[in-house]
Amino acid sequence: MDLSTINPVVLIATLMVAATPILLAATGELVAEKSGVLNLGVEGMMITGAICGFAVAVETGSPFFGFIAAAIGGALLSLIFGVLTQILLANQVATGLALTLFGLGLSALLGQSYAGIKPPSTFKLDMPLISDIPVLGPILFNHDLMVYVSIGLVALVWAALKYSRIGLVVRAVGENHEAAHALGYKVVRIRLLAIMFGGACAGLGGAYLSLIRVPQWTEGMTAGAGWIALAIVVFGSWKPWRVLLGAYLFGGVTGLQLNLQVAGADIPVEYLSMAPYLITIIVLVIMSADKSRAALSAPASLGKVFHATS
Amino acid sequence: MTQTAPILLTVDGLTKAYPGVVANSDVSFTIAEGEVHALLGENGAGKSTLVKMIYGLVRPDSGSMTLRGAPYEPSEPRAARADGVAMVFQHFSLFDALNVAENIALGMENPPPQSQLAARIRDVSETYGLPLDPAAIVGNLSAGERQRVEIIRCLLQDPKLLIMDEPTSVLTPQEVEILFETLRKLSAEGTAILYISHKLEEIRNLCDSATVLRLGKVVGTCNPREKTATELAEMMVGQILHVPVRAPRDVGDVVLEVKNLSAESPNAFGTSLKNVSFTVRAGEVLGICGVAGNGQDELLAALSGEVRADAGAVLVNGTPVGALGPNERRHLAILAAPEERLGHAAAPDMSLTENALLTGAIREKLTNHGFLKWPAIRAFAEKVIEEFDVRTPGAGNAARSLSGGNLQKFVVGREVLQRPDVLVVNQPTWGVDASAAAAIRQSLLDLTAEGAAVIVISQDLDELMEISDSFAALNEGRLTEPRPALGLTINEIGLMMGGAHGMEVAHV
Repeated sequence: MDLSTINPVVLIATLMVAATPILLAATGELVAEKSGVLNLGVEGMMITGAICGFAVAVETGSPFFGFIAAAIGGALLSLIFGVLTQILLANQVATGLALTLFGLGLSALLGQSYAGIKPPSTFKLDMPLISDIPVLGPILFNHDLMVYVSIGLVALVWAALKYSRIGLVVRAVGENHEAAHALGYKVVRIRLLAIMFGGACAGLGGAYLSLIRVPQWTEGMTAGAGWIALAIVVFGSWKPWRVLLGAYLFGGVTGLQLNLQVAGADIPVEYLSMAPYLITIIVLVIMSADKSRAALSAPASLGKVFHATS
Repeated sequence: MTQTAPILLTVDGLTKAYPGVVANSDVSFTIAEGEVHALLGENGAGKSTLVKMIYGLVRPDSGSMTLRGAPYEPSEPRAARADGVAMVFQHFSLFDALNVAENIALGMENPPPQSQLAARIRDVSETYGLPLDPAAIVGNLSAGERQRVEIIRCLLQDPKLLIMDEPTSVLTPQEVEILFETLRKLSAEGTAILYISHKLEEIRNLCDSATVLRLGKVVGTCNPREKTATELAEMMVGQILHVPVRAPRDVGDVVLEVKNLSAESPNAFGTSLKNVSFTVRAGEVLGICGVAGNGQDELLAALSGEVRADAGAVLVNGTPVGALGPNERRHLAILAAPEERLGHAAAPDMSLTENALLTGAIREKLTNHGFLKWPAIRAFAEKVIEEFDVRTPGAGNAARSLSGGNLQKFVVGREVLQRPDVLVVNQPTWGVDASAAAAIRQSLLDLTAEGAAVIVISQDLDELMEISDSFAALNEGRLTEPRPALGLTINEIGLMMGGAHGMEVAHV
């Protein structure tokens, strides 16, 4: 095995790209969970966003419209979940799982005529001078726009949750929906909006896969990214910057795994492909071993059905 | 209150019916500015529904309200707050994981920026003698401090009418006195207070007038200072109350001995037990008081076996049981009835029959080599329903369908009828009406007459004074030395409970 073929600078640059879809989806799910909703349908919303974005980008020739369509597609799909769980009071876990299966089927149907097509390429941010800076250049200033959008989104969510009125209300609803209701906040409406935000973000993450990262459409192309996004929200203990860290860590392991394969590591490929998921599980186990800490940071009403009694 | 004070709120003929029950029927009363008006009634008399209508949480079916001469129909709490009506809830509407300032901001329409808000919180809390740190996380505060958060949240909006729903149930006597100082000060400044309680002495102490509700109807209006507590109680209950009587009995040998019991709380915001020691003799009732959240749940869990401790920390008739689980302790006739009825004492969606089986299987021999003996289980459930006057259509009904008081009777009755040697109950009469509460206390006393050792954990001091032989207080997970109940004054008990928990009396 020849480790010298692994270039750390390239590795860091690739990990940011590899992590972006998960980061987008996880940030959206973080907001939904902060409002007290556990939406296990992230995978379904991602893949629906992937095909919506892909189809619209191919038809219009504009990746920009593709991403818009992906966000709308993800949000609409999440609205099904929202209506079922918030208005019809269905069980969130079962509905979320159903949403994933539904999204996978729906995307396969929508994507039948799009297999094997190449999408219009996305504009890359061109920063001639600073992107030539050694080391920092390729890492920080040589990505497509969506990588920066995803980091901006994390900052936005963090600031909104911490400093804004609407963020405070979202946290309050997720913490104690009975009390929020007693104070006159519209619990169901706030949660529906949070769910749709989560859906839109998951859709963007999916479209990033189909339009930039791969870029083409294949059935089931999210391959579990939605589930990793869910795990990363717990990993990040519902804090936006930790979610970013978790996503990049995961992206790093994925990138390293590919690099190790190229370097001819004497380990079967299957083990290397397993590694990111295995490490995610191990980290989650370590994280949740400390019960009191996990219980403190989780929104107290997470996954609970709210029914206004008065 | 002066007789000339202008009328603030008029409630006229309010009626609200829920399926199967009329919560309020043609309720009318008036409150003058600066008046402290009591709303008196048993659990289920319709007090909560009435104030929820005034606060805009529930819409009345018929009837009208007038606030300062103008029609008042709040469609939501926001509208009520805008009109100067504020409410402190019985079960605090606070958010544990948020800090004090954030909690207060959530209850305001247009909160100022956090830094300014923190200054205003300090300001108001100084004025009314309710010190609070705006940056403290609410989950770490004591019950008294949490109530201060609610009160300050209301005061920052300069309310004309302050509704307080059972505010003293979680306070020590000293903290109650501080609260009353604050309320008197507010009243002197012209704020009307609608004070809901079933504690008669408090109402006689604080209120200018009282409206008594029974089964949703107004049964009387009076000046509580001119009535005796017994007269008020009879207006409230509509019948003569039976005070539990204690049969003379001899105190026997030590049955339960707890030595240096320490246990971690299973909850993140819970209180761990620290070196708790006491003994209870056969035929004795040990009353344990304390402000909520000082280790009551943890003590019950450690005695019932939900939380294990060192084997030698809990001894029953000399046998170490500290490391045994709940079922092993049931074999040894150690039973417990926890405070939380739905979800802890009873499984909400299971029938009463099934719930009877859950704790009664061992003592009542309701299983046979792993198979259930349904006729025997049903008979046991029906016996509990019969003997404890549980009002339900039948044992097949889900626990959730019972009212709080009825389920409480079932939960306590289920343990009492299993002839325990040691019985631990937490808040045995919480939310139970006065006559049923008397019946539950009587059954506990009857149990001691048969030689059982009973531990009653409660926040109702009157209840503990009525039935306890000895008395101890839990304060931050530590238990005071038990003292004979006879001759203890409320003031002494308050000091045992930790005094005023660092609160200061209002600088009036």
